[in-house]
Amino acid sequence: MELSTNKEMQVPIEPAEEKAVSPWLEAWRSFRKNKLAVIGTFIVLFFVLLAIFAPYIAPEGINEQKLTTSDRLQAPSSEYWFGTDDFGRDVFSRVVYGSRISLWVGFLAVIGSIVIGCLLGIVAGYYGKWVDSVISRFFDILLAFPSILLAIAIVAVLGPSLRNALIAIAIINIPNFGRLIRSRVLSVKQEEFIMAAKAVGMKNSRILFHHVMPNSIAPIIVQGTLAIATAIIEAAALGFLGLGAEAPNPEWGKMLSDARAFLTQAPWTLFFPGLAIVLTVLGFNLMGDGLRDALDPRMKN
Amino acid sequence: MLSYTVKRLLSLIPVLLGLTLIVFFMIRAIPGNPAQTILGQLATDEAVAALTKQLGLDQPWYTQFFHYLGGLFTGDLGESLRTKSPINEEIWPFLAATAELAFCAMIIAIVIGVNAGIISAWFQNSWFDYVAMILALIGVSMPIFWLGLMEQWVFAINLEWLPTSGRENVRAPIETITNFYILDTLIQGRMDQFWVVVKHLVMPSFALATIPMAIIARITRSTMLEVMKSDFIRTARAKGLRMFWVVYKHSLKNAIIPVLTIIGLQTGLLLGGAILTETIFSWPGIGRYIYDAINYRDYPVIQSGILIIAVIFVTINLIVDLLYAAIDPRIKYN
Repeated sequence: MELSTNKEMQVPIEPAEEKAVSPWLEAWRSFRKNKLAVIGTFIVLFFVLLAIFAPYIAPEGINEQKLTTSDRLQAPSSEYWFGTDDFGRDVFSRVVYGSRISLWVGFLAVIGSIVIGCLLGIVAGYYGKWVDSVISRFFDILLAFPSILLAIAIVAVLGPSLRNALIAIAIINIPNFGRLIRSRVLSVKQEEFIMAAKAVGMKNSRILFHHVMPNSIAPIIVQGTLAIATAIIEAAALGFLGLGAEAPNPEWGKMLSDARAFLTQAPWTLFFPGLAIVLTVLGFNLMGDGLRDALDPRMKN
Repeated sequence: MLSYTVKRLLSLIPVLLGLTLIVFFMIRAIPGNPAQTILGQLATDEAVAALTKQLGLDQPWYTQFFHYLGGLFTGDLGESLRTKSPINEEIWPFLAATAELAFCAMIIAIVIGVNAGIISAWFQNSWFDYVAMILALIGVSMPIFWLGLMEQWVFAINLEWLPTSGRENVRAPIETITNFYILDTLIQGRMDQFWVVVKHLVMPSFALATIPMAIIARITRSTMLEVMKSDFIRTARAKGLRMFWVVYKHSLKNAIIPVLTIIGLQTGLLLGGAILTETIFSWPGIGRYIYDAINYRDYPVIQSGILIIAVIFVTINLIVDLLYAAIDPRIKYN
């Protein structure tokens, strides 16, 4: 099964007698049948579209202040769907624009940790020996911190900003991907086709990128989707603690901390940004679970 | 078992050293002169020089590191820049507050999570299973700070059942003995204060318990489903054993290892989550202590506070690892 995910290896194989179904197609079929996974995908798509078309969807900008009493801290109405905050800004518009920040941070941070984690993991797994010990100990040490705390510490050092929050989230996720790839490399290394590749004198880098990497894509996709979910929560948490996005950025976590003082007066200023976080994260979690069931049937229950 | 324990303890040494090194370099990684950053742009040159000396930044880094390391061995965690008192003395009440909160949260998470998982597996595909698993899915997707705020809105502001925040009634403070308020009030036989403490604990513990509860429920369910398919369970059923005992005795015993792993891991993560819960509920715990230190740029406190939490986290994971062998005789360590 692992062989056929590899395009290089598919070519020289004799055309199969009966039509072989690619594992990706098979995975897609099983994913499509999983109701929760499909719901999750739709939620994610919804927020992605919201982020892309934010200027067309949001009735107002992110920082259009209206400091009159008739516009400040207004309850949800037909004019202001999610009400207004203490600056008279439309909460709905801010939540819509906020999806841009959260998705951006989630994707970028996770891509960053995948790239660095994979490089370290491949090097550790493929070269072994002392390189492996050094890199593995490095992962152990990063994992010895509760992740959010490590992120807080990193931002405390770098200085609070959205960019630094993103960097911190990327760093704390590195060991997860690193370990994953390392173990994949170790198991793929034992496969006969790698031995064959070595025997014909293929270069290490070619073996790594043409044979080892394609065999590790499925678990990275699964882990990556779930990591985006946590990254979004972590970014919101840092924003909430005042260590992420700065005002007037409508980052959902930051919106929650700004609105905290109005919990009694205007609970809607807190309800909707939080709900947006829960839904987005839920979407990625459902999708990730579905992908895992589809791509790695051993994990299925 | 003994040799394994020793081996595991030895393997901790590089990790602990690495932890200390990272935490140590954090303060040195601040761009520019850390003393200047800590004191702000308006500080006089003398003040900056004095702080540089106090932090030992005028010495080569290896001298500084061994000095710090030496201090750690004698239990010296440095001195807070803000309060000027030794960190190892002032940290205890905060640690106790977090420990009390984390303990209650973990009890809630384990009792509800494990049972929900078991019942879901027992009655797979029933309405209970669906509702529990959907709730668990929402639970893992929940930012706990938002959940905490919503709890406050419902139970403190609207229903007025529970106090909004804090750990005690500030007008009637508790006499501290152990700093674990539940214990303190019980030792003193102050049942009135005991209830006050419990009421303050309810909301933050439930907020903190949500994520571990959801994860424990999901893991328990999936491992229980696996075990309940095994032959020996079918045999037990065929023997006519009551389903309750089959589930709670035979199956649970065999499903406990993954559940235990996740409980250990989550207990450690709880310490990180505590910083958010403590912020929402003004809980005077270690997370709050570190967070305040960040705002005051009190780097020695940040450094030592993070180090302590990391050490506790590593220790909990070690205990869980060692517990496996004690619980499951099939696991052999060589």
